[in-house]
Amino acid sequence: MIGIVSYGTYIPRFRIRVDEIARIWNEDANAIKQSLGIFEKSVPDVDEDTATMAVEASREALARAKIDPKKIGAIFVGSESHPYAVKPTATIVGEALGVGNYYFCADLEFACKAATAGIQICHAMVKSGMIDYGLAIGSDVAQAKPGDALEYAAGAGAVAILIGKDPIAVIEATVSYTSDTPDFWRRDLQPYPSHGGRFTGSPAYFRHIVNAVRKLMEDHGYTAKDFDYAVFHQPNAKFPQRVASMLGFSEEKIAEGLLVRVIGNTYSASSLMGLCSILDKAKPGQRILLASFGSGAGSDAFAIYVTEKILDFPRNAQVWEKAKNGVYIDYGLYLKNRRMIR
Amino acid sequence: MVPRFWRKIKYRYDVVASYCENCGNYYYPQREICPKCRRKGKIKDAKICDEGRVLSYTILDGKCIALVELENGTKMLTEVCGKVEIGSKVRKAFRRYGEESEDGIIYYGTKFVPIESDKKQKA
Repeated sequence: MIGIVSYGTYIPRFRIRVDEIARIWNEDANAIKQSLGIFEKSVPDVDEDTATMAVEASREALARAKIDPKKIGAIFVGSESHPYAVKPTATIVGEALGVGNYYFCADLEFACKAATAGIQICHAMVKSGMIDYGLAIGSDVAQAKPGDALEYAAGAGAVAILIGKDPIAVIEATVSYTSDTPDFWRRDLQPYPSHGGRFTGSPAYFRHIVNAVRKLMEDHGYTAKDFDYAVFHQPNAKFPQRVASMLGFSEEKIAEGLLVRVIGNTYSASSLMGLCSILDKAKPGQRILLASFGSGAGSDAFAIYVTEKILDFPRNAQVWEKAKNGVYIDYGLYLKNRRMIR
Repeated sequence: MVPRFWRKIKYRYDVVASYCENCGNYYYPQREICPKCRRKGKIKDAKICDEGRVLSYTILDGKCIALVELENGTKMLTEVCGKVEIGSKVRKAFRRYGEESEDGIIYYGTKFVPIESDKKQKA
C-alpha cells in the first residue's frame, strides 16, 4: 500500500480583506464577495517566499512522520512563483531539511496543479522501488497585478505531502486529463500572469476536472456515493461548488475542504490545502476525491482511502485553525509585504 | 560573496551551533576554537533546539533584533519577525535574509517568530 505517510501545511500570518482591496480600487466589495465567494486572503511577511513556506510546510510533515530526513529519496516543488527562474527551490528545501545529497530533485511548473503532478511522480517512484519516501510540495505566493480581478483571490500558502509505504491514506487510483488550453498564462520575464477572463471556466476548469474525475470513476468503478469527501482546486468558492454539483457531490462533502473563502487561492497549494483540512478530520475507512486543476491546462484526479494509521497520526495544529488565526493588514502593508514597494 | 554565503548555509538554514566537548558550552555562530577552553577545547557541530525566549531586543531599521536564549542555554543574536517583549517565547522560522542584488543570489536562513498570542498581536 502506497500513499500519504504524512502531511504538513503552512499559511502565512497576515490577511487582507476583500473590502480593503475594493476600497483602493473604488469597487463594490459586496458584489465581489458575492461573485467570488472570497472574503479575505493570506499574505506572506516581507521576508517570506515560495521557498521559505515550502520549508515550513515540509518541516511540519517531517516532524509528524518522525522519520530520518535522510530517508527521503526525492523532492519535487510545484509552484508558479519559484524565487529563481533558474535554480531549483527544491534544492533549498532539501538543504534546510537535512536530506543529505543523494536525492532526486526538481522543480515542477503546471500552474496550480504542479504539486499533484509531484505526488504522482513520488507515488510512481515509491511503487517502482526507486525510493522509500518522496516529498511533493505545493507552494505559492500568488502574483496578481494591482487592480486586476486576480488581486482579490491570489493568496499564499504551502503544503508538503510525504509519499511512502504503510500510509495514513492510500492513493488507490489517479488519472490525469491534459490539453493545450490557454486560459491563464505568464510569459517569460513578465511579473504578473494574464488570463482569459470567463474563458477560464467552461473550456478550462470545468472541462478538465470533469473529464479527469469521470475517467477515474469509469476506470476504477467508483461513483460519487463511494466518496465521503471531495476537494477540488479553488480559484474562488463558486467554481468548486459548481463542479461538485456537476459530478454529483453534495455541498456537505466539499464544505470541509473549502478554504478559499478565508485564505484565497493558494495556487499550487490550493486543492492540497483542502485535502489536508479533510485529513485533519478524516476517520479510517473514509474515501476522499481530490481533483486539482492547472491552467494551460490539466487536472489530476485521485481516489484516496484513509487507513487505521491515521488514528495515531499527530494532526495538530489543524489547517482551519491556521486559516482562521490571521492578523489583518491594510493595503499599504500588503504592498510592502509583497515587496511591491521598498 | 557567493562562496562566503555558501559556506554558512549549513549553520544558517537550521540552528547548527558549535559544541565544546571539553567545557560543554554551545556557541552560535559557529566557532573554530572554543572561546573558553582555547587549545584544550574540542569543537564539533551540534543541531540545537527550535525554541527559546527573548533575553533582550532592540529595533534597528524597523527590524526587531533580539538576543534569544535557546532551551539548552545557547544564546544567539537573531531577527524576530513580529512583536515581542523580554521573556517572550519564540521558535525558529525559515526566512529570507536578503539578496545580493536584483539579479544576485537570495540569502536564506533562520529567524525567529513569537509562539503565543498570535491573536493579540497587531501588525
